[in-house]
Amino acid sequence: MKNILELHDVSMIYGPVKALQNVDLNIREGEWVAVMGSSGSGKTTMMNIAGCMDKATQGTVILDGEKVSRLSAKDLTAIRRDKIGLIFQQFHLISYLTAVENVMIAQYYHSMADENEALSALERVGLGQRAGHLPRQLSGGEQQRLCIARALVNHPKLILADEPTGNLDQANQDTVMDIFRQLHEQGSTIIVVTHAPEVASHARRIVHLDFGRIVRDVLNTDGSAAKDSVTGAISL
Amino acid sequence: MNRQKMYLKIVFSSLLRRRSRMLVALLAVAIGATVFLGMGAIYYDIPRQMGREFRTYGANLILVPSGTDSRMRLEDAVRAEALVPPDKLVGATPFRYETMHYNMRGLTVAGADLASARKTSPYWRVQGEWPEEENQVLLGRDISENARIYAGASIELEIAPAGGRRFKREFKVSGIVSSGGAQDGFVLMPLRTLEALLGSPGRAAVVEMSVAGDSAELALLAEKIRAEVPGVTPRLVKRIMTSEAAVLGKLRVLVYLVTAIVLGLIMICVGTTMMTVVAERRKEIGLKKAIGAGNWNIIGEFLGEGLILAGIGGLLGVGSGYFFARTVSMSVFGRGVALPVFLVLLTLLASLAVTVLASLPPVAGAADVEPSVVLRGE
Ligand SMILES: Nc1ncnc2c1ncn2[C@@H]1O[C@H](COP(=O)(O)OP(=O)(O)OP(=O)(O)O)[C@@H](O)[C@H]1O
Ligand SMILES: [Mg+2]
Repeated sequence: MKNILELHDVSMIYGPVKALQNVDLNIREGEWVAVMGSSGSGKTTMMNIAGCMDKATQGTVILDGEKVSRLSAKDLTAIRRDKIGLIFQQFHLISYLTAVENVMIAQYYHSMADENEALSALERVGLGQRAGHLPRQLSGGEQQRLCIARALVNHPKLILADEPTGNLDQANQDTVMDIFRQLHEQGSTIIVVTHAPEVASHARRIVHLDFGRIVRDVLNTDGSAAKDSVTGAISL
Repeated sequence: MNRQKMYLKIVFSSLLRRRSRMLVALLAVAIGATVFLGMGAIYYDIPRQMGREFRTYGANLILVPSGTDSRMRLEDAVRAEALVPPDKLVGATPFRYETMHYNMRGLTVAGADLASARKTSPYWRVQGEWPEEENQVLLGRDISENARIYAGASIELEIAPAGGRRFKREFKVSGIVSSGGAQDGFVLMPLRTLEALLGSPGRAAVVEMSVAGDSAELALLAEKIRAEVPGVTPRLVKRIMTSEAAVLGKLRVLVYLVTAIVLGLIMICVGTTMMTVVAERRKEIGLKKAIGAGNWNIIGEFLGEGLILAGIGGLLGVGSGYFFARTVSMSVFGRGVALPVFLVLLTLLASLAVTVLASLPPVAGAADVEPSVVLRGE
């Protein structure tokens, strides 16, 4: 399988803060990777760089075979639009658009708003009946599923989720993890940032960050590596 | 769904489903448009309205006989009057002057259409009554004082018709006229009476006309009369026209100033509202960019919201501005104002232009929002 994302010697420096230091990371197509680490370890920074929302201070980023680390803001917008699906802890739905419109706006920026396709994306996350509701009329779990539907609708190469279950209860967390599992089985590439070992345990690979460095990178084919990686990181 | 439809859906949803903030901007634009259209309508109408007001200062166009004639024919004067648009003609008063004697002293007697004179010379003050019967006259104030004849008394005038016998006739003095001008030394009687006493009717020495209009219009009118009615020669009363022009000029400057200040205030208000809106919606902007919106998408959506606001505010302003102008005009001039289509369009255009201009800096700032703000809890 070819690499969908490659970080080569990537550093991100905010004044005195080295948010990422000389990170090397390859993600293959179809992988489901969890990124863990304590607060401030650089997880979100790495997601911003992988998602073409920020440019690294140093290093090379290759996304789907294209070197994106030196592209202009305009070209990065096009890459985000075409290749990235984003899922956020705070959902970031547009408050004045209905569920289906929140999906359609992503299509609109991408190419063409198609209501039927948007509706079937809602169906996939179990929101078929809520298409006409505004975000504030949806529960947290439903909002997160809407956010996922929006991320999926343009068939992104890479799905990035930063703490997708951080604001959800157990039941909703399970629903979201089920959706991720389905996506994974259908061949999507997923990177999930999480603090929760349980969420990480669903991933097939776990990358651990600490002080801006990758301190551990393990396969988790049987779901047992999550706990180890947490303890491992702390013992470093 | 095509792009335009989705764009409109985004923009209208944003306006309709999150009304409160934009309401301030809408109100500002509406008020601005109100003042703009109101001032514009009054400004457009001032010359017309004020022109009528100024007509209280007396005639501004005078017809005199052409060439060396001492009298013109009234038919010619009527033809000249017909050249004035009816809504602009305040009045036209023919005057005929004759000499009569009182106590062996010669007096100038002016025969005039007195009802019309009240319109063309509204500044005349009459103590007593205006003549209503054939044998009633107005006495100029100077004569009244010298001869000690007052309103209600009689005056016996000696009349010498051309080629006829002298005779005396007694008139009732219905009132004393004071104008501060030549009339103070005249006896004023109905033209009809004078014609009956002296014959040769249908003649006048001057016709005083009061016409609403600015100096350019009057000059044009005079030109037309000169060309089409050779029997009379028009003369413009320059002194009155220049003072009219001066007052109008000052009013115009005032209107410009007020309009400019109001437009400036609207710009500040719309600009700050837009700034707040953009600041409040940084997350939304970041999100849109994160999911692939380009700078032009962001700019287009904000400007779209602004333009819709400006359009609605402008329309509201046209309505209330017309009401405002009408009310002002009614109370000051006692009549309504015209609402020319170009002024409505100009108001809408100004609303749009001011909104776009005021929105440009904050909206440009919106385009600068980094998409990474969505992942960072601010
Ligand atoms: N825009 C910025 N300016 C300055 N420092 C920043 C900026 N963004 C991030 N940092 C710093 O970079 C470091 C890494 O931040 P990052 O958000 O990537 O951490 P994280 O692993 O996502 O933490 P958390 O689990 O709390 O979300 C932190 O020390 C943070 O303060
Ligand atoms: Mg983070």
